[in-house]
Amino acid sequence: MNPEGLLYTKDHEWIGITGDTATVGITLHAQEALGDVVYIELPGVGDKFEAHKSFGSVESVKAVSELFMPMSGEVTEVNSTVKDNPETLNSDPYGKGWLIRIRIANPAEASALLSAQAYDNYIATEA
Amino acid sequence: MSAGKRHGLLPAGLGARNTLRLEAGLLLYGNDIDRTTTLLEAGLGWIVKPGKGRFVGSESLAREKAEGPKRRLVGFEMLGPEIARERYPVKVDDQEVGHVTSGSPSITLNKNIGLTYLPVDLAAVGGTCDVLIRKRACKAQVVSTPFYKRSRE
Repeated sequence: MNPEGLLYTKDHEWIGITGDTATVGITLHAQEALGDVVYIELPGVGDKFEAHKSFGSVESVKAVSELFMPMSGEVTEVNSTVKDNPETLNSDPYGKGWLIRIRIANPAEASALLSAQAYDNYIATEA
Repeated sequence: MSAGKRHGLLPAGLGARNTLRLEAGLLLYGNDIDRTTTLLEAGLGWIVKPGKGRFVGSESLAREKAEGPKRRLVGFEMLGPEIARERYPVKVDDQEVGHVTSGSPSITLNKNIGLTYLPVDLAAVGGTCDVLIRKRACKAQVVSTPFYKRSRE
C-alpha cells in the first residue's frame, strides 16, 4: 500500500533517497490520522537538522503535529506549493505533497529506517 | 442515524462542536472561565440579577462592578496564517499579559480565531496583541464576538 522505493519512520515520515539528496514527506497513514491539513510550517533552505529532530509542523483543525527528520541533513528545497495549499498533503502525500528536499549528512542512517513492508506491518500493529 | 437521515442528521465529534461553540462565542468552563476569572471579566454579568439578596460572592461582585474589571475576555483573529491554540502566551509590547483560552481555525469564517483576557485598556475592538506560536510573536487583532452569527430569514 505504501510506495516500495521509499523508506519510512515510526513517526510516519517517508524519505526518497537519490544519491546524496532525498525528498521527505509524511505518509498516507499520517495524513489520514490528522484529517484535513490546514496549515504547514516548514524550515528555510540552508537549515540543518539531526535525525529525529523536529523540522516543522502540520496542523489540522484539531491539533498540531510535529515533523521529524528521518535522517540528518541540510534543507536544499522547500515545497512552497504545499505550504500555500495544505490540502495537497491530504490528496497526494507521496507526490505533490512532498515537504522538503535535503542533502544527506550521514548515509549510514538509512539502515535504521523501515522498508515499505516493515512500515505496513508497523502501522497494522499500531492500529 | 438512520432515523435522522431525512432531516440531514450528521455525526459530529468533539472537535467539530468545539469549533462551532467558539465561532458562536460560547465559553468553555475550564478553558475560558474557571475559579480565577470573574463574571465581569468574562462578560457574563448579565447572568446574575443584583438586588435579589445576598449570595456567595455578592460583595466581591458589587465591588468589582463599582471599580470595573481589570481585564476582559476578548475575541481575536490572527492577522497571519498561524493558528492560535489554547495556552499559547499572549503578549502586548513584549510583556506577557495572558494566554489563549480557546483557539482554533474557524471553518465557517476561514480565519483563525481565539479568546484571551486582555487588560481593559487594551481590550477595545481593533486593538492588537501578539500570540506566541512556537517562540514566534504572531499578530492578532481584537474583534467583536460572537465571531459568527447565523442570519435568520
